[in-house]
Amino acid sequence: MNDLLTHWRKFKREPYAVWLGFALIGFALVLLPFATDAAMGRSWVRILDHTLLYIMLALGLNIVVGFAGLLDLGYVAFFAVGAYLYALLASPQFGLHLPFWTLLPLGALVACMFGVLLGAPTLRLRGDYLAIVTLGFGEIIRIFLNNLNAPVNITNGPQGLNMIDPIMLGDFSFSRTQQILGITFSSVHNYYYLFLALTLLIIFISIRLENSRIGRAWVAIREDEVAAQAMGINTRNVKLLAFAMGASFGGVSGGLFAGFQGFVSPESFHLTESIMVLCMVVLGGMGHIPGVILGAVLLSVLPEALRYIGPLEEALFGRVIVDPSDLRLLILGLAMVLIMLLRPAGLWPSPVQRREFAHHDKS
Amino acid sequence: MDIFLQQIINGLVLGSIYALVALGYTMVYGILGLINFAHGEIVMIGAMISLAAIQAMTGFALPGPVIVLMGLLIAIPACMLLGYGIERVAYRPLRRAPRLAPLITAIGVSIVLQNIAMIIWGRQYIAFPPLLPEDTYTIAGASITLLQIFIFLLATAIMAGLIFLVQKTRLGRTMRATAQNPEVAGLMGVNVNNVISSTFIIGSALAAVAGLMVSAYYGLAHYYMGFLLGLKAFSAAVLGGIGNLGGAMLGGLLLGVIESLGAGYIGPLTGGVLGSHYQDVFAFFVLILVLIFRPSGLLGERTSERP
Repeated sequence: MNDLLTHWRKFKREPYAVWLGFALIGFALVLLPFATDAAMGRSWVRILDHTLLYIMLALGLNIVVGFAGLLDLGYVAFFAVGAYLYALLASPQFGLHLPFWTLLPLGALVACMFGVLLGAPTLRLRGDYLAIVTLGFGEIIRIFLNNLNAPVNITNGPQGLNMIDPIMLGDFSFSRTQQILGITFSSVHNYYYLFLALTLLIIFISIRLENSRIGRAWVAIREDEVAAQAMGINTRNVKLLAFAMGASFGGVSGGLFAGFQGFVSPESFHLTESIMVLCMVVLGGMGHIPGVILGAVLLSVLPEALRYIGPLEEALFGRVIVDPSDLRLLILGLAMVLIMLLRPAGLWPSPVQRREFAHHDKS
Repeated sequence: MDIFLQQIINGLVLGSIYALVALGYTMVYGILGLINFAHGEIVMIGAMISLAAIQAMTGFALPGPVIVLMGLLIAIPACMLLGYGIERVAYRPLRRAPRLAPLITAIGVSIVLQNIAMIIWGRQYIAFPPLLPEDTYTIAGASITLLQIFIFLLATAIMAGLIFLVQKTRLGRTMRATAQNPEVAGLMGVNVNNVISSTFIIGSALAAVAGLMVSAYYGLAHYYMGFLLGLKAFSAAVLGGIGNLGGAMLGGLLLGVIESLGAGYIGPLTGGVLGSHYQDVFAFFVLILVLIFRPSGLLGERTSERP
């Protein structure tokens, strides 16, 4: 048995085994929407699309919270900025219909600017103050989105913006059913592949960032800001960069969300969304990319499974006692507390984090 | 002029409630260096429990104020127990963990409390029954209700009592010692765990009173009311200088006045562009401005950063 394990460990390091693993994962990801469609129905393919969006958001927040150790509780504000930017520039609201490939970088850029705008005055603050200020910022953005329908109607207030253009690349519309090589791709399938490609890009950027000079500077700041400063890191600029970078990921996924849904309203950008994304990062393992992805997948798929609780309650007690949708957040909150108490480094922590937390337990 | 006076009076009454809640934040922060995120939810639970008790008692032929008082007397111990439990379960095991950990459990606890309240009491607003006298007095053109006077006086009395407790009693002395240095206080024979527990218990009792006051003042209670109230009270605590009792009181009163003047004048000042529905934004702006220009708050000492 031990022999087998050592063989497996050796095999795992072989280059061809690594590529084989990647190929298998890639193959599975390509087939996933069709398998899901066949097994569980179209609505679950839509859930897959949302999962990919959440992975992007979680990876963005991971840069801020996981790498740089800055607790941001208003992350959804950047998602909102990206979504509303897309919605305003590609809908009948102002009669503008900019193409998708300009909107995507624009969304990243504007969200990035908002990140700097928020970060510049607040990054001098210690962690917990920062948490409160970002929380307030998230709420301010939502209050403004809710009220900017008077005197000049910009955001259309609580009704939100609808009839947003679907995402188009050239003549290829993602929201229409397409025939490619005799295979039928419905709109949710199209979006799945688009989101998958962008998610892989964001994962790639995250991994490259993590091992870069900047990434190591972020980790240094997270571990000990004073020491990092003594090592010659310009902590203010580097933190600002983390904020801007995380915000730009949020902006991109916001734009995708708007194009995908065709409708945005302030209700989608509630504080609970920020907390949901934070939960994904914390649950998976702060600062560890595979862990964060795991957290995002778990927390976007499991709440959907809660809808089966309603019939279960009926079967057990004869009626629905607690509305399953009310349970979603309750379980989320409990999970946050329990994870912090029992596995403070998350479900799948990075080796460094695990060592660090073990050290903290001893002291 | 009478509008100005009216807004000042409204602001002071609201501010005295903020101050009560802010005291809970500031006491915990002073001793543990932790933002007790769940404090706003304790206020909400206090309001909900007292309302439930009041509604259950309206059947008896008792005078209104007695029923309200009984509701309060039920809510206070319930909230004390809740505050004690939260500290025991969610914060104590993490006292030596990295800073982020207790903050995240605090957020988790507040989500749990909010949703439990939602499941028990539903999503709708709960109305405060008309049990209290609604006499109104007019002073220099501004009107003030008996309820407002009573809220303000009770809040002031409680704050005076708290100051007496912290400055003059044995418990207060141990609290101050723990705030300065928990290790050394422990060496001097202070039971640090007990002090921390009693801090949470006292803060939660204040929160219960504030919860009842808010629901009586607005005539409403809602499972989500604790979030915004908590944020504003925290802003007030920061404005006054977090960790400083007098600062929390000053900050609360000041924030109440700023908010009510802001909501009253933002419409005319901006020519109707921005209306009073931006009221909730003021607290955040105050918070951000204070943090930028005077992070130690109005009465706080300029201390070096704690690790």
